[in-house]
Amino acid sequence: MRTQSLFDRQTTVVLSLLAAAAILVPAMNGLALPGSALHLSDHLVPLLGKYVCFALLALSVDLIWGFCGILSLGHGAFFALGGYAMGMYLMRQIGARGVYSDPVLPDFMVFLNWKELPWFWYGFDWLPFAALMVLLVPGTLAFVFGWFAFRSRVTGVYFSIITQAMTFALMLAFFRNDMGLGGNNGLTDFKEILGFPVQAGSTRIALFVLSVLALAGGYLLCRWVVGSTFGKVLVAVRDAESRTRFLGYRVEHYKLAVFTLSAMLAGVAGALYVPQVGIINPSEFAPANSIEVVIWVAVGGRGTLAGAILGALLVNAGKTWFTAALPEFWLFALGGLFVFVTLFMPRGILGAANDLWERSSQKLRARRSPQPVTQAAE
Amino acid sequence: MTAPITPTLLYLDNVTVSFDGFRALNALSLAIDHAEMRAIIGPNGAGKTTMMDVITGKTQPNEGTALFEGSHDLTALDETAIAELGIGRKFQTPTVFEMHTVEDNLLLALKNKRGPLATLLSRRPAREQERIDALLERVRLTVQRHRRAGELSHGQKQWLEIGMLLAQEPKLLLIDEPAAGMTDQETADTADLLRDIARSKAVIVVEHDMTFVRDLGVKVTCLHEGSVLAEGSLDAVSANERVVEVYLGR
Repeated sequence: MRTQSLFDRQTTVVLSLLAAAAILVPAMNGLALPGSALHLSDHLVPLLGKYVCFALLALSVDLIWGFCGILSLGHGAFFALGGYAMGMYLMRQIGARGVYSDPVLPDFMVFLNWKELPWFWYGFDWLPFAALMVLLVPGTLAFVFGWFAFRSRVTGVYFSIITQAMTFALMLAFFRNDMGLGGNNGLTDFKEILGFPVQAGSTRIALFVLSVLALAGGYLLCRWVVGSTFGKVLVAVRDAESRTRFLGYRVEHYKLAVFTLSAMLAGVAGALYVPQVGIINPSEFAPANSIEVVIWVAVGGRGTLAGAILGALLVNAGKTWFTAALPEFWLFALGGLFVFVTLFMPRGILGAANDLWERSSQKLRARRSPQPVTQAAE
Repeated sequence: MTAPITPTLLYLDNVTVSFDGFRALNALSLAIDHAEMRAIIGPNGAGKTTMMDVITGKTQPNEGTALFEGSHDLTALDETAIAELGIGRKFQTPTVFEMHTVEDNLLLALKNKRGPLATLLSRRPAREQERIDALLERVRLTVQRHRRAGELSHGQKQWLEIGMLLAQEPKLLLIDEPAAGMTDQETADTADLLRDIARSKAVIVVEHDMTFVRDLGVKVTCLHEGSVLAEGSLDAVSANERVVEVYLGR
């Protein structure tokens, strides 16, 4: 009961803040005059949009790690696959405006002397198809990967290691020119999305607002999932997996379902990320990226959803500042932060704040009513 | 009760489990009737827990037959399928979902559809709430219903786990050392509760505490080195020379 009302309050806060961001950022960028203190310059809009996409990625990791105990160290792969699906659409939109002016083939294919479009590029000139692939490609990979892993009861650190191997293998595969996805340069030089110029301020504002809406939708979806009986089973699996089995639940089906859903969320985040940063290349598959996501979630507070969003925003803002001011120290700062949070705030910023809040409200209640409220004696 | 193919609910015959040459179970045979309560005793390493592992699908026997209701081959099924058949298990150390409330622990155990889609879209009917209320009453945790299970005392956790077993509505309950770590009063109450449960369901209790076994007042099977050493009333079993020898050491 008590936890339920807390969740409701948390949902209200998260959604209000996201709504405020969706209104304020366009207003400060478009309405406030350049030079005024309230003005948000053009280059900051895609940067903020990028943070929002990372927040959605962190949310997807928190859904499986925080609530089901599945520590994926390869979620960057699903993010990158969603990004590539969107990148392929954007490449097809370039048309004859590329350097080699080929009406069909992207520049890198002309450069490689390819004569026709590979079969897996078909359909990507149509956004609804690309959008479907943004969900299906990461979802299918997660389903197949998870089916084998969960059925064989691969858990804990072993699962984490094979997810690292998965993203590393994909990185190596995408580096190859034969893959037909641009090799180590990846996909870039985008011109238009749905006929709107990608670089234009208004397009960037629209993409930012869309990312915020996707994050809000993702948050509500996750909240709904973890609030259902399904979500309670997930937590049961996290805390006592074999007990859950002996109760008659097919644990592997639950893990598979939530892992696939999470991969799809990560794919959406990647798809919104690519038009805002203007490039997708194999380095997005780098194992370190996926590990960083886990740090965001740990910093914000695992198993809280809102904490994942908070952690992603804070750590990435810190990264932007650090890499500009003290570039050599960023990795030390990140590592130090992770150690600090693990040692002193095991439940992250949000968990620590929650504890503080509960303790102070308990004190308040104790002062108001002289008799003990709960069965403290037991 | 439906007519069973054989009169016994659980039938183990010649079950052998060996780990690296060590025989945890050695040609064990055991039969449990419908609505029978049986106490299993035996020194450490006698194979009590391994026997439960075989019945619940955690361990595959190297040899032997394990039949439930005369027709289900337990050796071919996994934990989930066996739980669905109606075999519930309580572990030696109380295993409850510590982060969930007492009520949610029972909710998760309630006999219901167990698939991901069913639980995602489930709405709680009033009938379920009544079931939970009745169970809370039975295991005396009504006052604690909204507390996290992790905050309960050891004895309360044991009872919550028994409540979860009942919520599953199993035909056979396997209960591993329910009295461990309990006060004398709690132990006596637990014996009452189990006797009450055994009126309608088959129960197998593994226990070290002889006072508790005496309280139960049921047929006793003594295991030793993976096979049955003696079977009968507690008095008969404790009078058995070999049992005395095993317990006191040679």
